[in-house]
Amino acid sequence: MTVKELIELTGATDMTPDSPKDTEVTCGYTCDLLSWVMAHGKAGMAWITVQTHMNVIAVASLMEMAAVIIPEDIEMEEATLQKAKEEDITVLQSSRTAYELCALMAEAGLPGTPREA
Amino acid sequence: MAVLMEKVFPVEAGAYGTAGEASTTIKRTLKQLGVGAEVLRHVSVACYEVELNLVIHSLGGTLTLQVEPDKVTLISKDVGPGIPDIEKAMTEGFSTANEEARTLGFGAGMGLPNMKRNSTEFDIQSEVGVGTTITMSFALK
Repeated sequence: MTVKELIELTGATDMTPDSPKDTEVTCGYTCDLLSWVMAHGKAGMAWITVQTHMNVIAVASLMEMAAVIIPEDIEMEEATLQKAKEEDITVLQSSRTAYELCALMAEAGLPGTPREA
Repeated sequence: MAVLMEKVFPVEAGAYGTAGEASTTIKRTLKQLGVGAEVLRHVSVACYEVELNLVIHSLGGTLTLQVEPDKVTLISKDVGPGIPDIEKAMTEGFSTANEEARTLGFGAGMGLPNMKRNSTEFDIQSEVGVGTTITMSFALK
């Protein structure tokens, strides 16, 4: 699934129209503890979080994630969106809950994170 | 072995807004040097955690990147307050992060364990009232 297909699937609003949309999404994840995400994040991940501050983009960028999805129409801070644009990270905003987004993505065949041995 | 490159990044205490910038620059630098994806990922995780620790817990400090032919080394050095019980601090889930840090999604008590897990060699020295130095190296294959 590409980021473009993820947008179509979720019906989410693309907050960073200039970021690349042909990036492959490898897995889905939801968590709001950034250290936890740093430990379990993967390249190509679509990460759902209610956090909207700058460090979300730092984590997404360091982990080379495909997209950050903000659920329940939560507004991301303008400075964070600006940072996302600088780092070429796609930020999507959805009216759905994190649970509904996970269900949709799983149903479409997007796996969770692979378990490390 | 000869140090090919050394860069020092100052990290300000409590500067949550800019936290992660040193890590992003370090990652970009190593990527340009041709460091492989797997090592890059380990360095990125450990670097971000140590940078965040400087922001959340320290009174300010520096993050130093050293590149040698066979390894990358990160040294975090702060000016206090120091860690009274290192063993306790290394325990997964233990955190002394303040309310502000927790609200931002930090303070899961994963920082130091994440650093140790991701580095080839990990060393922490701390003295209360003096400061903490964390040295992590990452083998380049």
